[in-house]
Amino acid sequence: MPDTTLFGGLDPELTARVLSRREALFRTGKMASVVALASMPVAFGVMAKDAFAQGTLPQPIIDVLNFALTLEYLEDEFYRTALETSSVIPGETQPVFAQISRHESAHVTLLEGALGSSAVAKPSFDFTANGMFDPFNDYTEFLALSQGFEDTGVRAYKGQAANLMSQDALLQIALQIHSVEARHAAEVRRIRGLRGWITGSQNDVPALQPTYAGEDAANGSFTSAAQAEAFDEPLTKEAVLAIATPFIVA
Amino acid sequence: MFERLTHGAKELQFLARFAEPTGRRRFVQWSGITLGVVALGCSDNNDNNPPDNGVSLGSGDNGILNYAYALEQLEAAFYTMVTASFYANASTDEKNILGDIKAHEVIHRDFLKATLGSAAIADLQVDFSSIDFSSRSSVLGAARAFEDLGVSAYNGAGKLLSNPDYLLVAGKIVSVEARHASAIRAMLQPNTTYFAGDDVVNRDTGLDGANDPASVLATADVYVTTTIDASGLPTT
Repeated sequence: MPDTTLFGGLDPELTARVLSRREALFRTGKMASVVALASMPVAFGVMAKDAFAQGTLPQPIIDVLNFALTLEYLEDEFYRTALETSSVIPGETQPVFAQISRHESAHVTLLEGALGSSAVAKPSFDFTANGMFDPFNDYTEFLALSQGFEDTGVRAYKGQAANLMSQDALLQIALQIHSVEARHAAEVRRIRGLRGWITGSQNDVPALQPTYAGEDAANGSFTSAAQAEAFDEPLTKEAVLAIATPFIVA
Repeated sequence: MFERLTHGAKELQFLARFAEPTGRRRFVQWSGITLGVVALGCSDNNDNNPPDNGVSLGSGDNGILNYAYALEQLEAAFYTMVTASFYANASTDEKNILGDIKAHEVIHRDFLKATLGSAAIADLQVDFSSIDFSSRSSVLGAARAFEDLGVSAYNGAGKLLSNPDYLLVAGKIVSVEARHASAIRAMLQPNTTYFAGDDVVNRDTGLDGANDPASVLATADVYVTTTIDASGLPTT
């Protein structure tokens, strides 16, 4: 029983609730994927009791999590498509993108688990943005989009943190995803020959400029380039959706 | 007048540390004693500096901000040492990255100090005697540890803040710390999974670390001479 190890050390009451929830999900067929099912105990296992003690999350919290889930769906499908159906990523950086892909898949599973039946369905994506990009044939464009998605993800989670303040466990999980996206972003930037941090609103891909708008905001009395790098800025939900929309078909 | 003189004396001591790297250990001990005197001299107008050569982080949001300020002091002092005299054979790229990170950490430190105003704790006395600043692996190993610790500290402290503006500030800083961690890790093991390695990001959940202040301060303790009282920090 893999569940025995996965739940080792966890509160028995929580474990029972998670297991019964998993069975319910299985019966209702909400989670059709075998992979997703296998990951469910892990997804629930990391969440503290108060994350779903009340059974149903408040609608504003559900909205934030579904917003995050949509971005994770996008990132997850982007990397899986590149790794599984294309040869765009050279051998040298395969380990990097396999690791990023693994994290994005885990984030999807985690957020689906937290949302249960309230989870939005995965949209259909077009990573060419109607012919603007060719990421699965052109490594340069793949890297540019990867950087854009990761840097946008960092700003998106940052912008929603305050909306999760009533839910300590979910806030912490969002922060724990947020910093992983930042690790990803810095690594992709390095592969592209850039520093890991964002200097003002500077960006070498004009099509991605909305991702960097406002990154040159002043913090306190510090106004140098280093100051802009030292603070990552948030994006509103609307700004993030405007960035993501060209890649969402339906 | 007394305060201004002692402040100047402290700056001189700080500079002296770079001029005398071989006597660093002895200097750290000496400066620690001096700090006690300074704290005594200021104790009438600053409740955060009790006269026992320690600091109290305080309570509420200010307590968490002081906790962050303490960590940023530590990181800024570390990278100031690193960039004052780079390890042997540091490449231009490595010097640039470490120089950038030093600038960011100094800005974080000064920003938090300004935000805290009169509630800010005193300058911490640090002890980096366990780090060999002439060794690439020692410096980058310590840098990795500081950055990962900082990320886990901010991730664990977010829920302890009450003011959403401070949560946003913490969020603006923590992702930059995570970028640093990634960059340092890539210097150690480029083009591997190490930038977000399984040792720091859970491979099944995709979650970065999150630690509470007690755990973080216990880890940082080896690098800090000043006694830090965190007993007033919020726990929820």
